[in-house]
Amino acid sequence: MIFIVIILKELEIMSDSVKSAEHPRQGLSRFFRRVENNDRILHPFWVIVSKEISDHVRSWRFIILIAIIALTCFGSLYTALGNIGQAATKPNDPVSSFFFLKLFTVSDGTLPSFFVFISFLGPLLGISLGFDAVNSEQIKGTLSRVIAQPIHRDYLIIAKFTAALIVISVMFFALGFLFMGIGLIEIGIPPTAEEFLRIIAFLLLSIFYVAFWLNLSILFSVRFRQASTSALAGIAVWLFFSVFYGMIVKLIAKSIEPAKTASVQQIIHYREFILNLLQIMPSQLFSEATTTLLVPSVRSLGPLTMEQIIGAIPSPLPLGQSLLLVWPQLTGLIAATVVCFALSYVSFMRKEIRSR
Amino acid sequence: MSQTIIELTDLTKKYESYTAVDHLNLSVQRGEIFGLLGPNGARKSTTILMMLGLTEPTSGWVKVCGIDSTSNPIEVKRRVGYLPEDVGFYEDRTGLENLIYTARLNRMSKKVAGEKAEQLLNRVGLADAFEKKTGKYSRGMRQRLGLADVLIKNPDVIILDEPTLGIDPKGVREFLDLIVQLSGEEGLTVLLSSHHLHQMQQVCDRVGLFVSGKLLAEGNIQTLSQKLFSNEPFIIEAGIGFPSMSDGAGEKLQKALQNIDGVMTIQLKNDIFRIGCSRDVATDVARVIVESGAGLNFLQKKEYGLDDIYRHYFEGAGNHE
Repeated sequence: MIFIVIILKELEIMSDSVKSAEHPRQGLSRFFRRVENNDRILHPFWVIVSKEISDHVRSWRFIILIAIIALTCFGSLYTALGNIGQAATKPNDPVSSFFFLKLFTVSDGTLPSFFVFISFLGPLLGISLGFDAVNSEQIKGTLSRVIAQPIHRDYLIIAKFTAALIVISVMFFALGFLFMGIGLIEIGIPPTAEEFLRIIAFLLLSIFYVAFWLNLSILFSVRFRQASTSALAGIAVWLFFSVFYGMIVKLIAKSIEPAKTASVQQIIHYREFILNLLQIMPSQLFSEATTTLLVPSVRSLGPLTMEQIIGAIPSPLPLGQSLLLVWPQLTGLIAATVVCFALSYVSFMRKEIRSR
Repeated sequence: MSQTIIELTDLTKKYESYTAVDHLNLSVQRGEIFGLLGPNGARKSTTILMMLGLTEPTSGWVKVCGIDSTSNPIEVKRRVGYLPEDVGFYEDRTGLENLIYTARLNRMSKKVAGEKAEQLLNRVGLADAFEKKTGKYSRGMRQRLGLADVLIKNPDVIILDEPTLGIDPKGVREFLDLIVQLSGEEGLTVLLSSHHLHQMQQVCDRVGLFVSGKLLAEGNIQTLSQKLFSNEPFIIEAGIGFPSMSDGAGEKLQKALQNIDGVMTIQLKNDIFRIGCSRDVATDVARVIVESGAGLNFLQKKEYGLDDIYRHYFEGAGNHE
């Protein structure tokens, strides 16, 4: 709540400075001058945010991660560019109009495509930005000093989350636009407005996905005193979901598989049950949502009966329909993020903070 | 006129069934240097955390500058500078940057914060360490920086938790002098916690003795010793030489001494009498000894120091339960 109020206040200041100016550009430059101005008294919340951002950007950990992610993304861009020619020449392809989106999804099997990389490396990014958020400050003895300042205690944890989120957002948008830009230069075909919006939606979704892992690792950083324990806990959850959970679901699926003679109703129930189990995984939610957004021909994420398919025109879905299709996934992802944040918020507020 | 600036009323903190702080009553006046003296684990830090509103008391009240710390911690934290035990700084930032950060959390602009930080760094003697990363600071330098960090918000009260821990004797001396000087100049109220009685003796106007969550006594050193040793406030030690005297001379002398008005207890050990008395009877003791024919090697009046207070209370703390 406080957080929203602060943001609103900031926006108000910004819009005031824009309003009062004769020319919008002057107002904007005045706003930036205000930010730069040394005489300005910044709200303590933003003081923490700006310090956290500069901590992230300066840290080796972040530089290494950004290097890995940038490298893999450019690797996948390279393979995509090499294979996009074959994809384009396929006749009767209903999604041929979404040529540009193929950049993000095409792969020849040697290197996974862009969005697969994001779903794999995103958690790592989130965990690495959050796993020592609170406990390292406690160990270094700075936490008790900071909360002895006249600030609300929740500023600290909200500011840490906000700072990491800003860093992630800037990074994903920069990477996404860079990816698009290079693709544009290479293939020479500009994206349509819808493609552009789909890519923006995909980037936003990726940010939500990483935000989930970020919150999970902040939760661990509040819970565990040692930074290494909390990093390990985060990685364990990530590995569990990306490797073992799928296996467990398969095992369950096999054991309760209905007989061949079972009714259609039963089989549909069974399928839906397995899908629901899978959707506990945040990565499953993410990959379903991204596939729908980036491959417009996907029209359902659950089982479809023959009656539903018969008569359907094999055409891509419009953006609105695709978004409608992934709405449950998006909600689930945001809900998981909010739950993690609420848990870490509550446990941080209740924590008794002693020196070291 | 003195004015109460920290006031604890029936303050109690319980962790599940265990009582950490037990009905604590304490008041500190404006401009005073107050020492919270107690052994490790006496719950000095817990009490300090409650003063700052960082931990909620189970019952009782804390008022700092007339503001309730539990219901309005922000206002209290605006007026109180707190140096935690074993303070830490952002190690990849310079001392100056650390101070500016704290100042800006206290709603100062970047420019004002910078000026104030430089001024304070000079004041605490870190003028040549402006641009040094705090990770490279020594323990003593860290404490000095901590003091600057506490002062940058222009506090009315500063609370220092074990500020002298781990600093060498010279550093301690300088640090304590700095505290006394600053509190004199700025009219600060200072609350120190420590288990080093000698350091406390040097700087504190008053001390409070604190054992397992209870305040046993408070006051300055003199009143404390009077309170604690009210039955025998004076101790006289007399070294006796018994040249060629028969056995039993010692006992005879002891009886003679006992007859002096005011003598309460007498112990003889290794030819030294330890005489506890209710008034100063040194001249009478000397006369009696000399008259008995024994040699008087030395006669010494002993005053109770913090050492005795400490021994009396903390080492015998178990007896008070």
